[in-house]
Amino acid sequence: MDSNKKLYTLLVYSENIAGILNQITAVFTRRQVNIESLNVSASSIAGIHKYTITVWSDEEQIVKITKSIEKKIDVVKANYFLDDDLFIHEVALFKISTPVLMEHSEISRSIRKHDARMMEVNPTYATVLLAGLTEDIADLFNQLNEFGCLLQYTRSGRIAVTRSKEEMISDYLETQEKR
Amino acid sequence: MAKEVITGAEALMRSLHKEGVETIFGYPGGAIMPVFDHLYHYTRGESKMFDHILVRHEQAAAHAAQGYARVSGDVGVCLVTSGPGATNTLTGVADAMMDSTPLVVIAGQVGVGALGTDAFQEVDLVGVAQPITKWAYQIRRPEDVAWAVSRAFYIARSGRPGPVVLDFPKNAQTHTCEWIDVKVDHVRSYEPYPKLKEDVIRRAADLINQAERPFALVGQGVELGNAHHELMEFLEKADIPAGRTLLGLSALPSNHPLNMGMLGMHGSYATNLKTQECDVLIAIGMRFSDRVTGVPSTYAKQAHIIHLDIDSAEINKNIKCEVPVIGDCKKSLPAITRLLKKNSHTEWIASFETYRQMEEEQVIQPDIHPAEGPLLMGEVVNVVAEATAGKAVLVNDVGQNQMISSRYFKFHTRRSIVTSGGFGTMGFGLPAAVGATFGSPDRTVCCFMGDGGFQMSIQELGTIMEQQAPVKMILLNNNYLGNVRQWQDLMFGGRRSFTHMMNPRYADIAKGYGIPYDIAVDRRDLKKKVAQMLNTEGPYLLECVIKEDEDIVPMTMPGKSVDEMQLTLTY
Repeated sequence: MDSNKKLYTLLVYSENIAGILNQITAVFTRRQVNIESLNVSASSIAGIHKYTITVWSDEEQIVKITKSIEKKIDVVKANYFLDDDLFIHEVALFKISTPVLMEHSEISRSIRKHDARMMEVNPTYATVLLAGLTEDIADLFNQLNEFGCLLQYTRSGRIAVTRSKEEMISDYLETQEKR
Repeated sequence: MAKEVITGAEALMRSLHKEGVETIFGYPGGAIMPVFDHLYHYTRGESKMFDHILVRHEQAAAHAAQGYARVSGDVGVCLVTSGPGATNTLTGVADAMMDSTPLVVIAGQVGVGALGTDAFQEVDLVGVAQPITKWAYQIRRPEDVAWAVSRAFYIARSGRPGPVVLDFPKNAQTHTCEWIDVKVDHVRSYEPYPKLKEDVIRRAADLINQAERPFALVGQGVELGNAHHELMEFLEKADIPAGRTLLGLSALPSNHPLNMGMLGMHGSYATNLKTQECDVLIAIGMRFSDRVTGVPSTYAKQAHIIHLDIDSAEINKNIKCEVPVIGDCKKSLPAITRLLKKNSHTEWIASFETYRQMEEEQVIQPDIHPAEGPLLMGEVVNVVAEATAGKAVLVNDVGQNQMISSRYFKFHTRRSIVTSGGFGTMGFGLPAAVGATFGSPDRTVCCFMGDGGFQMSIQELGTIMEQQAPVKMILLNNNYLGNVRQWQDLMFGGRRSFTHMMNPRYADIAKGYGIPYDIAVDRRDLKKKVAQMLNTEGPYLLECVIKEDEDIVPMTMPGKSVDEMQLTLTY
């Protein structure tokens, strides 16, 4: 990978209208940029949706991408960040084989060490939930994989909140409403 | 007051009327029939509100609406059916997106219940239109018509203009709702006119005040912002020479003393070379297209660049600038002008003359006053330009005809060039010219085309015949796709791969459509034949038999810097 590239997180706020996700992803497609992770949810402001997107990019490209996204009529604001500017979390679910789990006590230790939670255990499988940083999740995944106990695995997209107090668009929306 | 219950189709008619629409370019079909049924009543008799121009292909409806919008400044409107009717307009929509032309395309759609079933003439129009529109929306209920239409026009015409597509399922056309007037003049997620920043204005003015060799690049933004007067005051106060982009040609009169010519690959020699000599470059409402910059890595590296644009996404997109002035140039130009000191750059301006003289001798005079041989494109354009004295609207197609007519036509009036700049759509010229005659009915509309582009939209002779649209068609026929042929000769070893074209007898074609026709072969007849064309009321086709392998010069070869522009070509 190009050494100038860093993992950027875009936070995009939009109106809750069908088809916006399509418009946002098209901006990446056009430039042949892969989306690493994508999460869409409601924001703290009624009617405003929030997209958290991570991509490997350089600064020049991420600026252009951000502007192109913000240019879409129903996108309220788009901003890009590096990890230091954000509070970041991801969630992963691991489904593991109960017989293997019983066989190796290290598996349970590893789960506890990562502060993961056992959601369900039955004689066939156990479901483990871990919320944390990307690296924590990758670490647990690697360990479980080594024991050969993984039956299923899934990880959410990154979610992030900024270090600013409110949603970044609160002030903007207030001024727009006054017009 | 009693509630008034109307159909969605009727609501569309009322909404369009409220937006000031007078002319609609369209083509009926199954999924838009309820709307056309209402249109029937509103295009005749006492209830007449609209003129509907029936084109011969939906792509032409879009181009005609573009031509209409470009000369009038109003939003161009198209009305077509679903599926192929809608997709046929998309080339025009993409063209309008590239060239910032305000359009509203209303297309029929299968009923909401049939969406996604691959119903007859169904296409996911919003899906395919999204990347090439400013906004695309499906009006699924009659209640939404007034809002969607008002929002569409607001978005199309505000800020940096562009095309909007409205997808109108049949049920929303036929079902009824209570008529409630809606006016959209604000979208909270959209800032069409960014607020000017004081400090940026100051920095721009400081740079210009200190400049010894300032150079301005004038783009279509000046036309779109109606900032012609503000531009001239700006240029004149600081005495700044200017080059114009293809789309900005009529933003500054051709005969203005500070106008130094056209920019771009086939623009003027002086404007291209001086770009690399100026110390401050002021780009006004232009987007540093690759056809203007040549290879960007060497472009104006010596200069401090100030970029005025209403669209912040244009800043640093192609060329990095030092001072981005984001906002409407109608406001930013006078704000900067106020801070400028009265200045003169006599020596710098005079230095353009050397290059201009070289071009005059080596290119322009041989182009417009050839001594012998077959007719050249440049001399035809020059005769028409002289006869119309800068008052006519120039519409052109794409290719050599476009470059040569843009180079030699004269512009004294704003909104006088209609060309497909960014998208380079062959077949644009003829329908765009039809639209221009409706958008600017008092002016002469001259349409220069090559034999390739003419045949891409030749069916529009039917529209011209029916409407008696007074398009003065000048066909520069060289039996070649000339621009591609020029590149093949220059860069592909002269292998003329499928660029030679067998032509029909245009006299017979014109006759079939009942359009007056003449052919010019001899340069001694040219003035007389052009005068005859201009003096004939209504449409006219003048075919000019042009030298087959004429090249357009000057030329900056692809991948070269603007100062490597050549006055002559070598093979």
